[in-house]
Amino acid sequence: MAEADGSSRPFAGLSDVSISEDIPVEGDISMPPAGPSAQDDGFSTLDEPVRDTVLRDLRAVGNKFVHVLYPKQSKALLRDWDLWGPLLLCVTLALLLQGGSADSKEDGGPQFAEVFVVIWFGSVIITLNSKLLGGTISFFQSLCVLGYCIMPLTVAMVVCRVVLLGGSGPASFAVRLVVVCASFGWSTFASTAFLADSQPPNRKALVVYPVFLFYFVIGWMILTFSPSQ
Amino acid sequence: MLTSLNSHELHDQTRPRPDLDQTQTRPRPRIMSGGTKHTTTEPWGGFDDNPVQGSGSAVIDMENMDDTSGSSFEDMGEMHQRMKEEEEVSAEAEATEEETGDDGEFLGMKGIKGQLGRQVADEVWQAGKRQASKAFNLYANIDILRPYFDVEPVQVRSRLIESMIPVRTINFPQKVAGELYGPMMLVFTLVAILLHGMKTSETIIREGTLMGTAIGTCFGYWLGVSSFVYFLAYLVNSQITMLQTLSLLGYGLFGHCVVLFITYNIHFHFLFYGLWLLVGGLSTLRMVAVLLSRTVGQTPRLVICGSLAALHMLFLLYLHFAYHKLVEGILDTLEGVNAPPIQRVARDVPDLAAAAANATVRTLGALLQSR
Repeated sequence: MAEADGSSRPFAGLSDVSISEDIPVEGDISMPPAGPSAQDDGFSTLDEPVRDTVLRDLRAVGNKFVHVLYPKQSKALLRDWDLWGPLLLCVTLALLLQGGSADSKEDGGPQFAEVFVVIWFGSVIITLNSKLLGGTISFFQSLCVLGYCIMPLTVAMVVCRVVLLGGSGPASFAVRLVVVCASFGWSTFASTAFLADSQPPNRKALVVYPVFLFYFVIGWMILTFSPSQ
Repeated sequence: MLTSLNSHELHDQTRPRPDLDQTQTRPRPRIMSGGTKHTTTEPWGGFDDNPVQGSGSAVIDMENMDDTSGSSFEDMGEMHQRMKEEEEVSAEAEATEEETGDDGEFLGMKGIKGQLGRQVADEVWQAGKRQASKAFNLYANIDILRPYFDVEPVQVRSRLIESMIPVRTINFPQKVAGELYGPMMLVFTLVAILLHGMKTSETIIREGTLMGTAIGTCFGYWLGVSSFVYFLAYLVNSQITMLQTLSLLGYGLFGHCVVLFITYNIHFHFLFYGLWLLVGGLSTLRMVAVLLSRTVGQTPRLVICGSLAALHMLFLLYLHFAYHKLVEGILDTLEGVNAPPIQRVARDVPDLAAAAANATVRTLGALLQSR
């Protein structure tokens, strides 16, 4: 066997060299070549101070807010989606809507949980609907877009609360109606600018209608909000 | 006996027996044939989750059943995944083969132990990932619902209009569209309109929330009455499927939406009664005609159509009166009439009969007063 091996393996004489126990043999032979570079990235963001990480995320969220305010045909919201912005907006809106009728006997205003559940389950249902209709957008991208487009309605809520400080007569109702309608239209337009592109062209109306209904319900909750006396 | 020998042969061709590996320090070259289900690179067999005998966890057993639940999407996804994995694994096997071919002997025992540990960990990870993605593909597959949402806006619009037009011929079974997009959107629209009605009537819900009650009422009606009609259809041997009852009843809610949208804003009882009879009646007639065309026999027809008509019309009546806003003007004119004033109380259980009677008394009172 040695002769046969010797002809085919030129280093056959080295095969019976043994390694002593105290020389460590290390190394990863089967590691893919991209390993070291990925590890470098991980180390670099792990070592930075927490403030840098938080600021970087906040800047990304703020950048997306700007994209919602001026809904051009940009892909920034879709490309790097995140759910921090929607969470922030949802919690803010639910807290602002919470203040009405905190009296325990009257349960007329929406609870925090109600608003939260409406926003998130509504977004999930719209996303499922758009996926079932043949959309190319992914689940979390769609949640991200719908959540960020609640921003005009949150701004409207703040304005409504300010207006309600001055009284709740028909004049304030008219002002609030105008503000809420404008922001509802803005939200719907902004979200369709992002969502409708991912649908086949003849089915855009089928996707836009649930979005319209969703923002209509939220706008309705904002409009009918009345603080406790 | 012969079959067990054959299976052993099969094992030997594709996978060396485990007891040999304690003496050998070099993995044997592997033949990855497409027909087998072995997806491991390990000489010792690895965590193979599909052994030849077919025993395993529940998720995998479901796949191995002969009558898989009917959807071919799961099988396609599964095959695709397996082919991808086999490619990856064979590529890995070739890569490791070239590099560890001669080094196995060179490194001695310590090298083997380190490598073995890493490969064990890798195998565990791969097996776990495979299990999780299989479970996910099996249970969270929304592709099952995809064919029911395959509609165009023009179709939805025409079906909405058709839901108000009763068909004339009941001699042959009428076609019922089997889609779920229109009914779902109509249910959500009804929820929104109901919410509006509850707000304007200043309904106070004690245990629960406004939104929860609205969603529960509408979805409960749609799903519950559809199931009930399907059950009756099963009893009277009517030719209609569950999907078709869901679709039929869903489109029947279009009439409800229209009536409630108008009457929650314009509070005039005669208007409501007229619209109730006209619009509600038309949509009920449409559904009844479809059911009549699919049922044979007088009594079965009476049973199923009667119950559907009653439930449909009564639901509209309930929705209107349970969340009804009292117009201040009518209350003012009734100050002289000897009728009990309607008190706004927290609503635990809606008293339908009392509410209807009160409303009728009030309108009669208003009529008498105006004369």
